[in-house]
Amino acid sequence: MLGLTLLRVAPLALSGDEGGFQPPSIQDFFPPAIAFEGTFFQIDRIWIVRIITTIVLCTIFILAAKRAKLVPGRFQAGIEYLLEFVRVQIADEILGIRAKRFVPMLSVIFFSILFFNITSIVPGLNIAGTSRIGLPLLLALWVMARYWYEGIKKQKLGGYLKSSLFPPSVKDMPFLYLIVTPIEALQVFVIRPASLAIRLTANMIAGHIMLVLCFSATEFFLLHAAGPLKGFSAVTLAGGVFVTLFELLVGFLQAYIFALLAAAYINMSLEEEH
Amino acid sequence: MDANLLADVAISGNLNAIGYGLAAIGPGIGLGFLIGKTIEGMARQPEVSGQLRATMFLGVAFVELLALLGIVAGFLFA
Repeated sequence: MLGLTLLRVAPLALSGDEGGFQPPSIQDFFPPAIAFEGTFFQIDRIWIVRIITTIVLCTIFILAAKRAKLVPGRFQAGIEYLLEFVRVQIADEILGIRAKRFVPMLSVIFFSILFFNITSIVPGLNIAGTSRIGLPLLLALWVMARYWYEGIKKQKLGGYLKSSLFPPSVKDMPFLYLIVTPIEALQVFVIRPASLAIRLTANMIAGHIMLVLCFSATEFFLLHAAGPLKGFSAVTLAGGVFVTLFELLVGFLQAYIFALLAAAYINMSLEEEH
Repeated sequence: MDANLLADVAISGNLNAIGYGLAAIGPGIGLGFLIGKTIEGMARQPEVSGQLRATMFLGVAFVELLALLGIVAGFLFA
């Protein structure tokens, strides 16, 4: 009901005002370059956020590793809790007895994505390092390289291709391989890494757009709207706070899902043929 | 209704937004089934809830991707 009213009155407010509402657009994710414009190493706002996050992430973990004691303090206990979450809830849950070798990779993936996601709600940074496809794509390709490597190491190249492209479950009806094999090939080569990268990027883009929408609407209603319309700024501000908390949840959930799927894909490569 | 009258009603707006709305229906139903069934399973057998939760999030990731592709497609084909 409220949304409907908002839809009806918003154009009225828009027309008569000099402030003008600026909706977020996809251009927000391609901000103007700050340094080295036109070269391969072009630096813009998202890159600065990424560099700052990398430094913070490394600093936190180097400090935690250097000051590690037998009886952990509060800081160390928090870090250990998160590391244990990755080890128990992701690696052990999916990979079982083989988990130990993959814990470092899964931890790196989980913590980088968590930190790069959280920057979308850190005041002053305000954009996720993962909100442009490059970084998620890099991590997804790393996962792909790893599950290929493990599959080939375990079953040799021929065996791995045979078990992943010709699943034994349809062995009784060989003509079905005409359909199944192309789908499986697409799955192994394209869909798995692409879906990992797109899922993370699209989530961060959607979250950032929701945040910008809420807060720019607040600014517009409070400063530029006429009379009673100013009241809507309270609604949109509350929405903005809610979306901020929601983003915290989504950032954590996406890191969890990315690491979980990475573990699941690796596990598929390691499974014996039946 | 008179054909002329229909032609007078101008509908303006963004097709991408409508497309995203349609794209969100399927994943919405899917998530409902998926999470509801998981809760049911957890209530029946609390001892396997950890395993159920991990499997649920795997499924959620696949279902949610469809809705997110809707967002991406809206921008790509704008």
